Amino acid sequence: MDILNALVAFANFVFIPAVAYGAQLALGALGVTLIYGILRFSNFAHGDTMAFGTTLTILITALMQGAGISFGPLPTALLALPFAIVLTGIVLVGTDRAVYRFYRKQRAAPVILTMVSLGVMFIMNGVVRFIIGVEDVTFADGERFVIGAREFRDATGLAEGLAIRTTQVITLVVAAIAVALLFWFLNRTRTGKSMRAFSDNEDLALLSGINPERVVQVTWLIVAALATTAGVLYGLDKSFKAFTYFQLLLPIFASAVVGGLGNPLGAIAGGFVIAFSEVGVTYAWKKVATYVLPESLAPDGLAQLLSTDYKFAVSFAILILVLLFMPTGLFKGKSV
Amino acid sequence: MRNVVLFALMAALFVLTGVTQSWNTSLSILNMAVISAIMAMGVNLQWGYAGLFNIGVMGFVALGGLGVVLTASAPNAEAWNAGGWRIVGGLVLGLAALALLIQAWRRLTGRVRTLAMLLIAAIGFVAFRAVFDGGVAAVEAINPSVTGNIGGLGLPVLLAWPVGGLLAAAAAWAIGRTALGLRSDYLAIATLGIAEIVLSVMRNEDWLARGVKNVIGLPRPVPYEVNLQRDPGFVAWAQGYGFDPVTASSIVVKLCYLGLFGMVLAAIVLLSELALNSPWGRMMRAIRDNEVAAGAMGKNVTRRHLQIFVIGSAVIGIAGAMMTTLDSQLTPGTYQPLRFTFLVWVMVIVGGSGNNWGAVLGGFLIWWLWVMVEPIGAGILGAITANLPEGSWLRVHLQDGVAHMRLLTMGVILLLVLRFSPRGLIPERRGR
Repeated sequence: MDILNALVAFANFVFIPAVAYGAQLALGALGVTLIYGILRFSNFAHGDTMAFGTTLTILITALMQGAGISFGPLPTALLALPFAIVLTGIVLVGTDRAVYRFYRKQRAAPVILTMVSLGVMFIMNGVVRFIIGVEDVTFADGERFVIGAREFRDATGLAEGLAIRTTQVITLVVAAIAVALLFWFLNRTRTGKSMRAFSDNEDLALLSGINPERVVQVTWLIVAALATTAGVLYGLDKSFKAFTYFQLLLPIFASAVVGGLGNPLGAIAGGFVIAFSEVGVTYAWKKVATYVLPESLAPDGLAQLLSTDYKFAVSFAILILVLLFMPTGLFKGKSV
Repeated sequence: MRNVVLFALMAALFVLTGVTQSWNTSLSILNMAVISAIMAMGVNLQWGYAGLFNIGVMGFVALGGLGVVLTASAPNAEAWNAGGWRIVGGLVLGLAALALLIQAWRRLTGRVRTLAMLLIAAIGFVAFRAVFDGGVAAVEAINPSVTGNIGGLGLPVLLAWPVGGLLAAAAAWAIGRTALGLRSDYLAIATLGIAEIVLSVMRNEDWLARGVKNVIGLPRPVPYEVNLQRDPGFVAWAQGYGFDPVTASSIVVKLCYLGLFGMVLAAIVLLSELALNSPWGRMMRAIRDNEVAAGAMGKNVTRRHLQIFVIGSAVIGIAGAMMTTLDSQLTPGTYQPLRFTFLVWVMVIVGGSGNNWGAVLGGFLIWWLWVMVEPIGAGILGAITANLPEGSWLRVHLQDGVAHMRLLTMGVILLLVLRFSPRGLIPERRGR
């Protein structure tokens, strides 16, 4: 029995990675859920929007590094992020004008808009690959660790090390700031309130004089900020690869649906539910188990429920379970 | 009339490719185009007839390919003796646990149900892994560099096409039972997820079809080029017409494939057209256009949805099996949703959803474009970059980017069609 070591191993391999991943998913899912709430369609271009924003950030970061600008121990990408958000916002609002607005005016069925978003997905995917290629790109600079595994072992005298990467801390801090700003905006400002009104009941909102085009524009700007931030945080934490970002669509949709599509609070909860299940089910628990269980009961194998390649299966299984048992999600989303 | 012109133009494109590049290239594009057309018809059955938004096409294509490996590759008796039956036993145990879970959920209530379900799930999973893992290890240990899988049945490869369709249909049935009650967006997300899971199973379960180690050298339903070239009769025949025997052999092989594929395409078009114009087809359209009204008329909407979902997926599975036969190899690492799911959707929408001829035309046209965009784009970019200095950063970058032009082009085409011609090149016929 060695509870302390078990806790440290658990924190190091499960808790901290899952919290960081969950925050990234939550930011992504917030974007999906906002589009669903306001524009009323599932945006399949969201993963590629994240990739696009991240691509811009990487380019601006490279420019800054070339000009000798750095952010001390923090990644330069954080300095580049605001510029990338503005550019992505312009692109998204432009896309809305050129593509989506036409169907909105026609009051087209949501499934048509979803299909249109497939077209946008193709184009964005092509643009991203055109700009930056299909290779893995690592763009994190600055300090790598807040606490290194060896420092932790030396300081505490435990057998297990605990490493906290800078990017994980940054993910949590930035995500917390972004979510706080978003909720302040939605709950306290006039524009935010008009957005919520529009999402709850479009006709009533129109009757009370809310300008739908403005609501939609603001939504796209917020989505640009959320998607770019989510993409950059994920890229800093792992690495950037166009195809991986496309694949992120699945856990992101799962998070949004599990939380309840159209409900921002649900998106955050969903992100963490998905992240913890993915990491928990695919982690080999042997190490933690050997510390907690008496020697005679220690597992022979890896004590891994599923191999890591099946992490999509996990998010998907949760998605199906929630859809079957709680069709509107954990937090009462829309079911149009 | 307009349709005849469109198909004639399409044929002209292939002839043009044959004349300007080579007939070999043109025929290989055509073969894949026929397969793409069948995939597009499968999607058209689901979307055009019934309005089901399935974006898991890739999964069904891959299952069709798996069908080829399981039917036609050489049997591996050693693997079956070592652990094949144990794997089957494990799978049966897993399925039994799943069936028990469903029964428990249906029959019990309250806290007993929760407890029972948790217990069944835990015991079932442990038992499944205990039996299954040993079998997998035993099978994968046998000659891993060449086989390491359970092999196939060694049956003729043409049989694999219906088997691929059946595999896809079985998967579609399971998916449909759980997910078809959901709204369109949820069904889309669910199918997207299933396709990813099917692919991750095929990539990781080496005992099944060697995973990313690929199965190569699958048997072919047509003669091999080398054998034709060795056959004096064939060489004399080719030279009699003034052909080079090597080129002639590969063209003959492609024509044989084309004949087989063409027959399947013709059969599926015929059946789909008959179905579309039958009372069943009218009922499907009625359900698609107004589910509530059709339900009120006594039509069982859920069952009909399940039915057409299974049929459409089977068609896609057949096309997937044909594609694996054409390549004579199964390479799970190369299946990508953009290529196998979303491209097929572009075909259906561009061609005209709800119209079988539209789906066929879309399949031919979009596949031709998908292949030809790269050389065409290279030509255009070559002209643009001709004035840039040799080896300049921009020139190199632009020329590298050609490979990604096709995604961009497909997106633009999809958006343009959705905007200016939402019913596609050959729109659905109405008012009958």
